[in-house]
Amino acid sequence: MKRLTSIQDLDALRQQIIEKRKHIRKRIRVCNGTGCHSQGSQKLVDVFEKVLEDKGLTREYMVVPTGCNGFCAAGPIVVIEPEEVFYQKVKPDRVADIVDRSVLGDEIIEDLLYVDPTTGNRIVHEYEIPFFAKQQRIVFKDTGSNYVRDIEDYISRGGYSALAKVLSGMTPEQVIEEVKISGLRGRGGGGFPTGVKWESCRRAHGDIKYVMCNADEGDPGAYMDRSLLEGNPHQVLEGMIIGGYAIGAREGYIYVRFEYPMAVENAIWAIHQAKEYGLLGQNILGTDFSLEIHVNRGAGAFICGESTALMASLEGKIGEPRGKHIHTVEKGLWNRPSNLNNVETWANVPLIINNGGAWYASIGTERSKGTKIFSLVGKINNTGLVEVAMGTPLRTIIEDIGGGIPGGRKFKAVQTGGPSGGCVPERLIDLPVDFERLKEAGSMMGSGGMIVMDEATCMVDVARYFLNFLVEESCGKCIPCRVGVKRMHELVVDMCEGRGTPEHLTKLEELCHAIEETALCGLGKSAPNPVLSTLRYFRDEYDAHVYDKKCPAKICKPLIQYVIDVDKCTGCGVCRRRCPENAILGVNKECHVIDEEVCVRCGICIEACKFKAIDIE
Amino acid sequence: MEQILQDVDAVIDQWGAKPESLLQIMLDVNHKFNYLPKESLLRISERLRMPINQIYSVANFFKVFSLTPRGRTMVQVCTGTACHVKGAPKLLDRVRQDLGLEPGQTTEDLALTLETVNCVGACASAPVVVVSGETHSEVTPNKMAALIKEIKAQSA
Repeated sequence: MKRLTSIQDLDALRQQIIEKRKHIRKRIRVCNGTGCHSQGSQKLVDVFEKVLEDKGLTREYMVVPTGCNGFCAAGPIVVIEPEEVFYQKVKPDRVADIVDRSVLGDEIIEDLLYVDPTTGNRIVHEYEIPFFAKQQRIVFKDTGSNYVRDIEDYISRGGYSALAKVLSGMTPEQVIEEVKISGLRGRGGGGFPTGVKWESCRRAHGDIKYVMCNADEGDPGAYMDRSLLEGNPHQVLEGMIIGGYAIGAREGYIYVRFEYPMAVENAIWAIHQAKEYGLLGQNILGTDFSLEIHVNRGAGAFICGESTALMASLEGKIGEPRGKHIHTVEKGLWNRPSNLNNVETWANVPLIINNGGAWYASIGTERSKGTKIFSLVGKINNTGLVEVAMGTPLRTIIEDIGGGIPGGRKFKAVQTGGPSGGCVPERLIDLPVDFERLKEAGSMMGSGGMIVMDEATCMVDVARYFLNFLVEESCGKCIPCRVGVKRMHELVVDMCEGRGTPEHLTKLEELCHAIEETALCGLGKSAPNPVLSTLRYFRDEYDAHVYDKKCPAKICKPLIQYVIDVDKCTGCGVCRRRCPENAILGVNKECHVIDEEVCVRCGICIEACKFKAIDIE
Repeated sequence: MEQILQDVDAVIDQWGAKPESLLQIMLDVNHKFNYLPKESLLRISERLRMPINQIYSVANFFKVFSLTPRGRTMVQVCTGTACHVKGAPKLLDRVRQDLGLEPGQTTEDLALTLETVNCVGACASAPVVVVSGETHSEVTPNKMAALIKEIKAQSA
């Protein structure tokens, strides 16, 4: 490929690509995002390609391994364009059938269609499925239809036109102004206004400045950054290049978790391609602007998502944060002005430049503009990635898009914001989701994980889980976090194991406030949040653990008992044979009993029993 | 020993002997040998002109690094929130029962190392177990037991 040396070159190339692809009659999109990949979607791609090749049809029909479609619960997903026929849970042995009937013909294969659980109707097209219909996808729009490793696919759908617009006459100040007008706020958790950050970095003194992308998405339960970087790396890259131009950087870094190998590979790939096309590197699109971007992998430390810790680790030090009396936009990496934004924030930038800040500001609420991608996971029917306008009620997300709770169980709470966030209870289900309202409710936006919990989730156990996470991930630099969180964890473990006293509760609350006030970094300051918010909304569960020594959700093992229902047990003996501890006694055809002393409450017997005769008390 | 140093040198050459490459070099070395041999750390210290105590502190700080040899197969049980809610602790219980193995431990025959990982970002398929880079979705305690059995059989 010859490097593009002017903006006209880019436009000409776009026309060429569109011309070149005119003869393609249908595109077969195979989702190759993380969820579908783990269910074997790569095999599907291979088989589709082989079948088309054997028939000599590769010119007219194109197999497209895409980024994450978002509807992970239905994976592996195949969508046939242009009609957008949506097939779910596709296995390789159905490929030949799909090619014959739906690709070469226009027939619909009924049994591969999505069935709406509320109406029982089969739905043919992707856009008609409630999961998609209720979303407003702008940032995540192309991820599920984009040919991941093909820059031409991105260019053909208007990619890098925002960069071209910026380089064909906008001053850095104008770019910053546009982003300020848009009202875009950081998607990594804090919600700091992006344009203001860029402006501070531009104004900061120093010849060398850095533009950085935070892809160290550490919040457990959030994977939108992974999917974006993996599925549409050029969109993120384009945002970064524009940001680099605006702040005056010549070098940049993408800091990505090593746990995301596909994201690492695709980001490297995208940088390589962009350089080859002259969209990155020296004299971008023939202008004076040059920018180099490197990919650096993190090494499994949650704290490195914090800006100062991230930069320390880039410098080859341990990932400890520092006090932020001087911001990183003034003194960041190597003490030079550094502008760090997260993946989703960067992916928003090309849209803002193309459509204008005012357009962007028309979406969302008064102080939270645009859309937000949430990863809807846990006890929910339609697990997946969901993009909605800021201010969308939680009910729409959980019930309409998420399709409610599996097994007819009751919705209890949704956890947002990861280990720094909190739980929003059922009675606040009409809460419009944006930065402010989540904060008022005692939680936070975080990077956008939404973990749905049903009545079988114990909130004290959830608090214990997050404290355990924070104990493991505390970097150990400041005492409130290193020692305080550990003490909190011990107190909550005591409660879960039946040793809780009323004093435990008062001490726990005291510690929460002390840590909030005194910890060094954001991670430490927000560490008490999971406890505070569960105490606020689920005090009765803590009381049950402490005063009654009972776990209402039947999760905390020392507080529960497995019992066999005399009326339901048929004496088949399956549970007895399966029990790894030999805790189940009885003879065939007679009711069995569980030896309370020996039982470890592993749940294998419940899984094994066909008659649902084993209860937890 | 000579071979180790040669491999380490090759990794350093690829990234460049500068401080910002430290983490990348260590990740690659750790991946290559499945742990960080002592000689490799000394070599990195020498070539990057960084004090060994700094290298050692980095090796200790980050979760991915190991200073002792690990099993040929890495079994990572995801304990992210979604996996936790959907039963990841039960998977760990099962391995504990079957092999007596706690997270972070390696079987005596170096066949496998059990680890927990805080979210691999495959939350929709929870609970998730990653075996040598391959993701298994919606794992039940029984599936977990079968996976372990398979690994043990392969390495025997």
